[in-house]
Amino acid sequence: MNDKTDMERQATAAPAIELKGISKAFGPVQANKDISIRVMPGTIHGIIGENGAGKSTLMSILYGFYKADKGEIFISGQKTDIPDSQAAIAAGIGMVFQHFKLVENFTVLENIILGAEDGRLLKPSLAKARKSLLKLADDYGLKVDPDALIQDIGVGMQQRVEILKALYRQADILILDEPTGVLTPAEADQLFRILGRLRSEGKTIILITHKLREIMEITDTVSVMRRGQMTATVKTAETSPAELAELMVGRKVLLRVDKVPAQPGDVVLDIHGLRVVDEKGVERLRGIDLQVRAGEILGVAGVAGNGQSELLEVLGGYQTATGTVHVKGQALDLTGKQSDGQSRRNHGIAHVPEDRQREGLIMDYHAWENTAFGYHKDPSYRSGILMNNAAIKADTVEKMERFDVRPPNPKLAAKNFSGGNQQKIVLAREIERNPDLLLIGQPTRGVDIGAIEFIHQQIVALRDQGKAILLVSVELEEILALSDRVAVMFDGQVMGVRNAADTDEKELGLMMAGITDADAKIGV
Amino acid sequence: MDYMTLIQLLDSTVRLATPLLLACLAGLFSERAGIFDIGLDGKMLAAAFFSAAVAAMSGNVWLGLLAGIAASLALSLLHGLASITFRGNQLISGVAINFLAAGLTVLIAQDWFQQGGRTPSLIGGARFNPITLPFADALEPMPIIGPLYAELISGHSILVYAAFAAVPLTWWLLYRTRFGLRLRAVGENPAAVDTAGVSVIGLRYAAVCICGVLCGIAGAYLSTALQAGFIKDMSAGRGYIALAALIFAKWRPWYALWATLLFGLFGALETRPDVIEALIGIKVQGQLLGALPYVMTVIILAGFVGKAIPPRAGGEPYVKER
Amino acid sequence: MDVMPKWAEVVLVPLISLILAAILSALVILGIGEDPVAAVKLMVSGALGSTYGWGYTLYYATNFMFTGLCVAIAFHARLFNIGGEGQAMLGGLGVALACLYIPWPHWSLALIGATTMAALFGAAWAAIPAFLQAKRGSHIVITTIMFNFIAAAVLNYILVNMLRPKGSMDPATARFPDATKLPTLHDLLAPIGINFSKAAPANISLLVAIAACFFLWVLIWRTRLGYEIRAYGHSESAAKYAGISPVKITMITMIISGGLAGMMAINNVMGESERLVLNATEGAGFIGIAVALMGRSHPLGVFLAAILFGFLYQGGAELALWTSIPRELIVVIQALVILFTGALDNMVRMPLEKIFLSIRNARAPKPERKPVEPAE
Repeated sequence: MNDKTDMERQATAAPAIELKGISKAFGPVQANKDISIRVMPGTIHGIIGENGAGKSTLMSILYGFYKADKGEIFISGQKTDIPDSQAAIAAGIGMVFQHFKLVENFTVLENIILGAEDGRLLKPSLAKARKSLLKLADDYGLKVDPDALIQDIGVGMQQRVEILKALYRQADILILDEPTGVLTPAEADQLFRILGRLRSEGKTIILITHKLREIMEITDTVSVMRRGQMTATVKTAETSPAELAELMVGRKVLLRVDKVPAQPGDVVLDIHGLRVVDEKGVERLRGIDLQVRAGEILGVAGVAGNGQSELLEVLGGYQTATGTVHVKGQALDLTGKQSDGQSRRNHGIAHVPEDRQREGLIMDYHAWENTAFGYHKDPSYRSGILMNNAAIKADTVEKMERFDVRPPNPKLAAKNFSGGNQQKIVLAREIERNPDLLLIGQPTRGVDIGAIEFIHQQIVALRDQGKAILLVSVELEEILALSDRVAVMFDGQVMGVRNAADTDEKELGLMMAGITDADAKIGV
Repeated sequence: MDYMTLIQLLDSTVRLATPLLLACLAGLFSERAGIFDIGLDGKMLAAAFFSAAVAAMSGNVWLGLLAGIAASLALSLLHGLASITFRGNQLISGVAINFLAAGLTVLIAQDWFQQGGRTPSLIGGARFNPITLPFADALEPMPIIGPLYAELISGHSILVYAAFAAVPLTWWLLYRTRFGLRLRAVGENPAAVDTAGVSVIGLRYAAVCICGVLCGIAGAYLSTALQAGFIKDMSAGRGYIALAALIFAKWRPWYALWATLLFGLFGALETRPDVIEALIGIKVQGQLLGALPYVMTVIILAGFVGKAIPPRAGGEPYVKER
Repeated sequence: MDVMPKWAEVVLVPLISLILAAILSALVILGIGEDPVAAVKLMVSGALGSTYGWGYTLYYATNFMFTGLCVAIAFHARLFNIGGEGQAMLGGLGVALACLYIPWPHWSLALIGATTMAALFGAAWAAIPAFLQAKRGSHIVITTIMFNFIAAAVLNYILVNMLRPKGSMDPATARFPDATKLPTLHDLLAPIGINFSKAAPANISLLVAIAACFFLWVLIWRTRLGYEIRAYGHSESAAKYAGISPVKITMITMIISGGLAGMMAINNVMGESERLVLNATEGAGFIGIAVALMGRSHPLGVFLAAILFGFLYQGGAELALWTSIPRELIVVIQALVILFTGALDNMVRMPLEKIFLSIRNARAPKPERKPVEPAE
């Protein structure tokens, strides 16, 4: 296919997808506001925006998962109603969700025919699907074992099954929602090659992501979403990451955090040979050695799922492990009775967990109850055998003011605060305890821009008070902006530790893909 | 123990296992689709009453069977309404259905028949009578095979044969058809089914309805075949034993057959303490034998003997999310 | 996101559920050819019209307070204890052993001893399913159901083979000694000049039950243990993060729960029948489910719901006595209450939430709230 025919087609053909004035609200939250977009056939169209910008909601409307409050959908120029996924499939739309929709104890083949069987009996359907699968595998380079159980294959393979599911249903339009979140850079590259091939076969692809790099690398056009609105649609070739970033957040991002050079003191956290085996018998941590000193921030970078969560869980006291961990010279109990969140807190460890809604907060508890969460046995919160609720409330009012939590109402349930304010409640609780060591995971995930800056400042301020900080984040930019030293994790191991000043995204990216310096030199 | 005693024992095993088997398969359909159902007992009870009542009034047991199925189906739909449409707690809904059936059957029985919450005794065409299979009489004098065929295999009501036929049918439906594939999928990961363009609600209602029909037959069997009429609380916890059997069977049709036969055997032994005494030489109390299915289920649940893994999405109402 | 104000959540939703249950019950009464209004009048006069009626109403209510609290505390830890019935049976066994084999000098000491034994036996019976849930992941709903049946079998065996007095055909223990006889409300109220029915079974256990309601309120809402139980019930993953042990909470909660169910036996076994009979619990363990659901698992709610069910039980008995409506009407009402306040909760809640949302939107046409984190 040459450029000319490509351009001709774009000039003459109707858009593969056109959305006009789509709006959708969830209760009081306006997830999508008057969104219009045109996606030309045979192109890869990126949709970029921060977490919570409304990208997934928009695509779920297109896939019939949600019903739009207002607006129209045109497929290849035809006005189309998409009340359910059935209609979306019939219209030639396939979707690969962020969280795969596969039946774990079914085979690949069974997952592929599910909902697209021929006739009432399985046997002929399976035979036919097996044939088509081989052909699809050949056509697009999507090799899978049709008889493997989903629970036995890796995420990259599972994603292929999802793509094959869509192709088996003869989708011409493929939507991928944050497809690289669980992939290593190498796997992501492979995915992009497949997408390129699909494009050259005339398929239309919508790629939802919040990663600028991916947009620049593979898309033809890109639309930017911010707070439920579509702020711009531009040709990728005619834009720059800086421009897109600005469009995403509405103003120049200040990811450079102002900070003075670190003044590292004694070793506070000392980890040796840390190993974790999960209940399935898979080794999640494979001998971790790390040190964090007083007055420094050690950033732990890596693709999600390479052991960072387990590391935090072990240090936080709710995952058993072998090896040794010392905090200020005292050994932590990693398996026994003292291996729980309470005794960790007694060791001077504070923990802002990766998932504040599942771990850091009880969403149905009031803000004041959450302020005591994990510290509810603290003597200052006690009167006799009872809890001193008045003292906790007074403490909460103070903390809310210092951390600018809005609204400053201690009797509001945690679920009624925005993401940023929820995070501030957690942060206030953990930081104000004057810990020796702060564990902090994904500090700004799902947090609005204003709060990001505030949270970053708090972390740096804590460092400057001489505390040790272990920061885990999948956002490389955040790691580089905050850390004094960076450790990269891959497949349960630490690939290496670098001074933040001496490294860059490129080097860290290679390490995140499991490529060591030695490999890099010999050109693997 | 002589051969005839064994045949008799097995014969009553089959008769006692039949309602358990039907209810167990009923629960299998429901739970495989992700809807927990502890209301099996209530559905059987309602079906037992309505089939006996209609059979008594019409003199036609088939009309009775239909009425029983309809009653059980109605409760199934109520369970579906609560747990599928309104995404309520499936366990609580099941508890409510059991009480509803326990109360309503007596209330209505009293209103219709004024016999203290029972129906009149069923006679003739108002009951499912034993069927004599071909050659049963001719074969009877033969040693070993004769009594086996004439006493054990022949001479049951049609519902017994239906129950046993339901096992391979269930297996075939579950593992060899499109419906079965989707049904199993919806109990494991409803989101996969939904995004594949198949209605989760439709599938789950279908499963719950099949459950209702099978419970209906089980209940009808109790009052029109096993007994001749309805009495208060006549399901006597059989729905719970069926539930236990379902766990014991790890939610699989053929295992369900063996589990219910085993529990049926316990039931048969309960009425023949002399046989147990002859067998193991100790006098075993009937009450303790009656508790055996429950104890065994607890042991299975505790994972001491094999692990019973329920369908992954079981008990959870399906809410669309990405 | 909270859509409804708290008062609607706490009062309006249960009230509407209750009204729906009442309407359907009335239809059932109409359906069997009786007059619902007359039935209600008869129930009110029978259950509340005399101190005799009150005595029975409060007697039943005492049972239901214990079993309601049993289910409620478990609900707070997101555990569904259907085993209240079996735990109460075992509690009865504890009471019987305490009363029969220890020579108590005075009823007050007997009450303390019997309460302890009842709670211990009930707790032990709940502890096994709790342990299996906590350590082996066995579904507690199924195991507690199984334990109800096992309890019935065990009790039957013990009564028939061990505790039955020689020569008696009844599967029941001997009558308890006179020293264990608990004072009835008549005995308690006479000194202050109130003439309460002598024949009614309500007794001092009522005060124990009320005290249990109060203590449970303190436990759930004012102690660290209660804080941990609720936290675990809301989110197991968060509980682990905070260092709250799921095993510990499951065990402790179920032990308290089973203990409360067991304690019911001081009312029905020690206070009323004064001997242990088969099926002494009469389904009170299951009614606890309805009581806890209606009372929204709050001890005050449980207290009120227990009295309502006490009224229904006594009223239902009166109905059965004077009309052709069988006692099973109460079972139907109980089923409807469980259905509407438990399983069909959303049917009531969803339309209400819509109404409140539209009211709120009408009041504030342009919401100030920033659309900060739409569900992504």
